[in-house]
Amino acid sequence: MKPFQYRAPTLLGEALSLLASAGQRARALAGGTDLLVQMRRGLINADLIVDVKKVFELNRLDFDPSDGLTIGAAVPLCRICESPEVAQHYPGLVDALSIIGSVAVRSRATVGGNLCNAAPSADSIPALIVHGAVCTVASREGTRQVPVARFCTGPGQTVLGPGELLVSVRVPPPRPRSGARYLRFTPRYEMDIAVVGVAAWLELSEGLTTIANARIALGAVAPTPLLAVEAGASLVGRTPSAAAFAEAAALAQSIGAPISDVRGTAAQRRHLVGILTRRALEGALQRARGAEPDGRQG
Amino acid sequence: MDGKVRVQATINGQPVEFLCEPRQSLLECLRDILDLTGTKEGCSDGNCGACSVLLNGRLVNSCLVLGVEIDGGEVTTVEGLAGPDGLHPLQQAFIDHAALQCGYCTPGMLLAAKALLDRDPDPSEERIRQWLAGNLCRCTGYDRIVRAVQDAARRMRRDADVHAEG
Ligand SMILES: Cc1cc2nc3c(=O)[nH]c(=O)nc-3n(C[C@H](O)[C@H](O)[C@H](O)COP(=O)(O)OP(=O)(O)OC[C@H]3O[C@@H](n4cnc5c(N)ncnc54)[C@H](O)[C@@H]3O)c2cc1C
Ligand code: FES
Ligand code: FES
Repeated sequence: MKPFQYRAPTLLGEALSLLASAGQRARALAGGTDLLVQMRRGLINADLIVDVKKVFELNRLDFDPSDGLTIGAAVPLCRICESPEVAQHYPGLVDALSIIGSVAVRSRATVGGNLCNAAPSADSIPALIVHGAVCTVASREGTRQVPVARFCTGPGQTVLGPGELLVSVRVPPPRPRSGARYLRFTPRYEMDIAVVGVAAWLELSEGLTTIANARIALGAVAPTPLLAVEAGASLVGRTPSAAAFAEAAALAQSIGAPISDVRGTAAQRRHLVGILTRRALEGALQRARGAEPDGRQG
Repeated sequence: MDGKVRVQATINGQPVEFLCEPRQSLLECLRDILDLTGTKEGCSDGNCGACSVLLNGRLVNSCLVLGVEIDGGEVTTVEGLAGPDGLHPLQQAFIDHAALQCGYCTPGMLLAAKALLDRDPDPSEERIRQWLAGNLCRCTGYDRIVRAVQDAARRMRRDADVHAEG
C-alpha cells in the first residue's frame, strides 16, 4: 500500500472538514473489507484515510416503532445481526446481512461500506431497497436524503459527490401484515459472491387474502441493484398464488442486462432470477402471515 | 506524509506501545514490529483466515485492519491462548485429534473456534462449520478440526461445571 495519513475524528463536522479539505485524495474508511483490499491492489490511492467508525452519528443503531430503524453507516454487520429488534422486525434484512463474507468479515464490514462500494452483487442493497430504505448523506454544505434505490449509479459509482459522507440508512417502521425475504444463489453456501440475489417484500390486506403492496429488487443482473417496478406492481390487488408469483417472476426476468462472467452466464442468471423471485415471494408471504420460512439460503 | 504513529493497545493481556506507519496492517504490525509471528499471512485479502485474531473480543482478519485502528483496543493472538497451566483446551484438542498437518491455518482456526466457544459453549456441528467457513485449510479436510472443536467444547463445559461446583 502507498503511504497515507490516518485520522479518526469523533465529530461528524470534523470528519466532513477532513474529507472536504483533501477532496478526491481523501477516502472514508469504515470496516475496510473492500477499501483495504482495493488499496493493496493499487485500484484506489488516497493521501488521507478518514476512519469514520468513531463518529457518533455513524455508530447509531436505533429502533423506534414510529421512526423505524436507523443504521449508522459504520455499524458493523455483526452488531446489526445480533440485535433482537432487527431480528424481530426486519428478518428479511438479516437474511442479507448475515451471509456477507465470513464471521471475521462481518465483525468489520458495514452497510455503509456495502452501499458506497456499490458492487452490482452487494447483498444488502436489494434487501434495503424492498424495505423502502433511505440514505442520509452529509457534507459541509448540509444534509440530503437519497432513497437506497437511487444511491448506486454504476459499478463502484454512487450519487456521493466530493466531500460527501453517508451518515446512516433509515428503514421505515415495519408495517402490519408485511414480510420480506432475501435469497441469493452461490455455488458455495458461505464466502461467495452472489451470482444473483433477489429480495421481495409483501404487504397483505386486512383479511390477509390479497396483496396490498409488493416490491421486488434484483442484484447482480445489471450495473446497479435494480428495483423491479413492474414485477412488484403486477402483484398488487392479487390473491397470493403460485400463478401470481410466476407472473411476477417472469416480469423480473425481463429486466436488467445480465452478463456472462466467471460466476455464471447471462442465461443462467435470468433463469435464477425466475427461481429466486418465486422463492423470495413465498418466503415474504410466510413472514407476512407471521410464520418463519424454512430452508437455508439459495 | 509517511510519518509513524504511536499506537497503544493491550495485546494478549499485556500493555503494548509501538510505532507504525498508517498503511501497515495489524498483521504486519504483529509479525514485523512486535515479533508475534504465530499469526500467519495467506491471502491478505480476507479470504483465507490464516491471519485471524480477536480484536475487542471479535474475530477479525488482521490483514484487513490497520495497525493504527487498534489504538486503545485489546487484541488476542495465538500466543495469548495458553495459560499458566498449559495449553488452551482447544490447542490440546487439536493435538489429540491430529487436527493439523502443516499447521499454517491452525492459529487462525484456534482463534475462530475460540470466538465461537466464547459465545456458544455447545455449538452444533453445522454452526461450527459455518463459523469456520472463513478459515481455509489445505491439508486436513476439516473433519478433524470440527471434531477437535466439539471435543474442546465438551472439555470446557466440563471444566466450567467443576468450577461452578467449587
Ligand atoms: C472475504 C470477503 C467476502 C465478502 N463477501 C461479501 C458478500 O458475500 N456480499 C457482499 O455484498 N460483499 C461481500 N464482501 C465485500 C465487503 O465486505 C462489503 O461490501 C462490505 O459491506 C464493505 O463494508 P466496509 O465497511 O468494509 O467498507 P470499506 O471497505 O470501509 O469501504 C468501502 C467503500 O465505501 C467507502 N465508504 C465507506 N463508508 C463510507 C461512508 N460512510 N461514506 C462515504 N463513503 C464510505 C470507502 O471509502 C470505500 O470506497 C466481501 C469482502 C471480503 C473481503
Ligand atoms: S491473510 Fe488475512 S484473510 Fe488471508
Ligand atoms: S493444516 Fe495445513 S492448511 Fe490446515
